[in-house]
Amino acid sequence: MAANLRLPYLATAALSGLLFGAGLYVSQMVDPLKVLRFLDFTAIPSGGWDPSLAFVIVPAIAVMFIAVRIGRRRQAPQFDPQFHEPEFHHIDAPLLVGAALFGVGWGMSGICPGPAIALIAFWPDNLLIFLVALFAGSYAGALVIPSGRDKRLALAR
Amino acid sequence: MDSFSPLPALIGGALIGLASAVLWLGNGRIAGISGIFGQLLPPARTVVWRLVFLAALVLGALGASWLIPGLGVGGAGGSPAQLASPPPGWNVPAPLWIAISGLLIGFGTKIGNGCTSGHGVCGIARLSKRSFVAVGVFFSVAILTVTLTGIV
Repeated sequence: MAANLRLPYLATAALSGLLFGAGLYVSQMVDPLKVLRFLDFTAIPSGGWDPSLAFVIVPAIAVMFIAVRIGRRRQAPQFDPQFHEPEFHHIDAPLLVGAALFGVGWGMSGICPGPAIALIAFWPDNLLIFLVALFAGSYAGALVIPSGRDKRLALAR
Repeated sequence: MDSFSPLPALIGGALIGLASAVLWLGNGRIAGISGIFGQLLPPARTVVWRLVFLAALVLGALGASWLIPGLGVGGAGGSPAQLASPPPGWNVPAPLWIAISGLLIGFGTKIGNGCTSGHGVCGIARLSKRSFVAVGVFFSVAILTVTLTGIV
């Protein structure tokens, strides 16, 4: 049986998902309006700016930074033969254009992909439209970037 | 500043970091949400763990809202979740605004290989040059978008 179908592997994925979802609720990053209040830098002079998002991402990076250091001293993760470290290193046009388009979409709604999925728990109006569009956009993206991992690697390595 | 909540933000952020750490040290996978769902579509190869992770993500948010009610949005003690309305004066129907936002996010994160979690948390923690650039671009553009549309 493939490593990624064994129970400990799937239990790890489940534990990670549970912690991630709990973190999004506790930090209130599930609230798109709160995220927008962070992105609204014009509110800084009036004191209406909400810096919460920065207080979320910094400890998240710090904890993950330690985990990456621990991982560097290991040959492999616990339940998989290898670390699936991204092999892209080159700053290419798809990275820049993709990040910019994501930025426009994120600024329009205050929803990034994690909260989009977590919001299924609280099901606001129009969420289904958002999720269908998210998947359609992702699928369209897969059609325009060079098909096949090898070609993508040749560009971005 | 009345909505600023440093303590829940710090605790929630640490939980998100822990989630990423568990997936990395356990399964060697990047907890990047756009990547996890983006590769559910054809030609998908590893579907099961992705579905398990995403279902658990929803349950995690739901469960936390039961355990710690009233933190804000969500759960029995919280206010109902709402998506943003289009900026006043733009005269765009809300479903259309939301659909365009979703399309841009899906498309952008696919060709840019990541979002706030994959680039923002995991990529920065790995000191990936691509992630530093991506984070700089999408935060700047998002801030600019909010400023120019006047959505808040």
